[in-house]
Amino acid sequence: MGKKENVILAKGITKVYQMGEVKVNALSGVSVKIGRGEVVSIMGPSGSGKSTLMNIIGCLDRPTSGAYYLDDHLVSNMTDDQLASVRNKKVGFVFQNFNLLSRSTALINVELPLRYAGITEGRREKAVQALESVGLEDRLNHKPTELSGGEQQRVAMARAIINNPSMILADEPTGNLDSKSGREIIDLLLNLNKEFGTTLIIVTHDPKIAKHTRRVIELYDGLVKGKKKK
Amino acid sequence: MNITQSIREALESLTANKLRAALTILGIVIGVASVIAMLAVGAGAQDTIIGSISGIGTNLLFVFQGNLQQDIRNEQPLTMGDVSAFSDVFQAPHIEGIAPTITGNIGVVYEGESTTVELRGVTPEFENVRSYGLIEGNFITDDNVNGRASVALLGPEVADKLFGRREFLTGETIRIDGQPFRVIGVLEAKGGGSFGSQDNVVLVPITTARVRLLNRERDHVDVVFVQAIDASSVPLVYEEISQILRTRHRTELGADDFTIFTQEDFLSLAGTITNVFTIFLGGIAAISLLVGGIGIMNIMLVSVTERTKEIGLRKAVGAKKTDILIQFLTESIMLSLFGGIIGIIFGWIISMVVGRIAAASSTPFSPVVGLNAILLATIFSTAVGLFFGIYPANRAANLEPVEALRYE
Repeated sequence: MGKKENVILAKGITKVYQMGEVKVNALSGVSVKIGRGEVVSIMGPSGSGKSTLMNIIGCLDRPTSGAYYLDDHLVSNMTDDQLASVRNKKVGFVFQNFNLLSRSTALINVELPLRYAGITEGRREKAVQALESVGLEDRLNHKPTELSGGEQQRVAMARAIINNPSMILADEPTGNLDSKSGREIIDLLLNLNKEFGTTLIIVTHDPKIAKHTRRVIELYDGLVKGKKKK
Repeated sequence: MNITQSIREALESLTANKLRAALTILGIVIGVASVIAMLAVGAGAQDTIIGSISGIGTNLLFVFQGNLQQDIRNEQPLTMGDVSAFSDVFQAPHIEGIAPTITGNIGVVYEGESTTVELRGVTPEFENVRSYGLIEGNFITDDNVNGRASVALLGPEVADKLFGRREFLTGETIRIDGQPFRVIGVLEAKGGGSFGSQDNVVLVPITTARVRLLNRERDHVDVVFVQAIDASSVPLVYEEISQILRTRHRTELGADDFTIFTQEDFLSLAGTITNVFTIFLGGIAAISLLVGGIGIMNIMLVSVTERTKEIGLRKAVGAKKTDILIQFLTESIMLSLFGGIIGIIFGWIISMVVGRIAAASSTPFSPVVGLNAILLATIFSTAVGLFFGIYPANRAANLEPVEALRYE
């Protein structure tokens, strides 16, 4: 990567959970740098802290200590509403279980981030465009129950990219899919990265998926085990 | 998120659980419906009561023996002597008319048909003082009174019962308490009143009633109706009559042995009764709206728990606390507002049915669904939704996104 610009700059991130009387160190000093346009996978066994790291990177949670800059903005000490706004504009989430609104059509689901961004005009057009880019132009008015797993995940991806985020954060995006549609989803994600230069972070425990990414961050016991560059 | 969008989303989520929404608003529906119906019936009843009190006559005072507030020693009855003292224009210049009466219930028979009526012994002035009209015939005359004539005027209801008609009855003979009386006329209908039907009466000369039917001592009378010359002189007449009776009965100071009511007394009594009724209904309304509101709060809490994951997702894609708060508040307000609207419609139907039943049982009485009752019900049900929605909505808004997303 020739660019110096970092989308993510995390220094000495720790996260401590109070479980009754016991303090659990989910992250004990993680420093990560991810440049714009990179494709990175975060791996690690369960309990390694990868979900916690993902939550912090995705601005869903705040670190106990350490500094986290997203697009050069210090987000580790923002208020809840400021974080909501950052998530809305800079982060596109793709979850393992899709997390679509089951009562609403694909179009409404994709529009959702635009609604919370306060955008009132041209929402529909943008949503249609996003759905086209994931190949669902003929499923605009289908509800999630009328779509296959792969299609649902593609709706979720359209929702993730609609606000032109700085990064897409995919948490086990293929975990609930068969291998064929899983591969399609990964291809689509990589394609989005290539086409729009969107930074892509995939949290997974599947080495086959990690193989597709240029860089793997491995976590173990709340620490970065090693950064493999290919 | 603008308002129409919030409303549309709230509708979507409510229609997803139609039965649940319907059951939830049932409490509000019943509460509002009963309030609307009872307010309408109450307003109708009030109109009828006021109408019937005014229908008795105008600017009337009712004088009768005894004191309702305290025991009086050596209580004296009202007599014809007292009545003629009222006609002294120097002592009582504001009196328009005086009608002494004696009253009792008595059986009336005509060819096998019999009925019990309110028998009134009256003087000719009764016609004007109580503003009775005649369908046919003539009112009782002074000659009738002086001669203790066996003549009778029939109320329309009595005519219906005995003859099945209200006309061509003059000259018929009926038996009152076994004695033959000649019918000299039929009274116009005045409608039912709070003092029993004013149409189920038979009028006879006061002397005849005293001696032959109701057996009052010497010249005692039961009630004297006194008409003031106008509304503003009613209090003056009250004082004039009191003064005359105090002098004639030689009462001790502050111990009157008679009681005077004015029509206004009855009207304000009726007003008090309907006010108590209204407060009572208001209590019922408050309780049912409270119960309905708790129902809404309960179901909204369930809904927040059920949709924890959805809330997590909405927050993940950028929903702020206020967005979630407004979403759930809109839902609870919609619930209670719908309940209120359906309740208003139901209440209106119920009051119409009550009106029909009243009409069918020949009690002229029309329930009134007032605009203010509708407004009140709408505003209150919305307020209930808002109030009881705040806690669940707040709970939803304060969910941590990470926790909410992880919720299964």
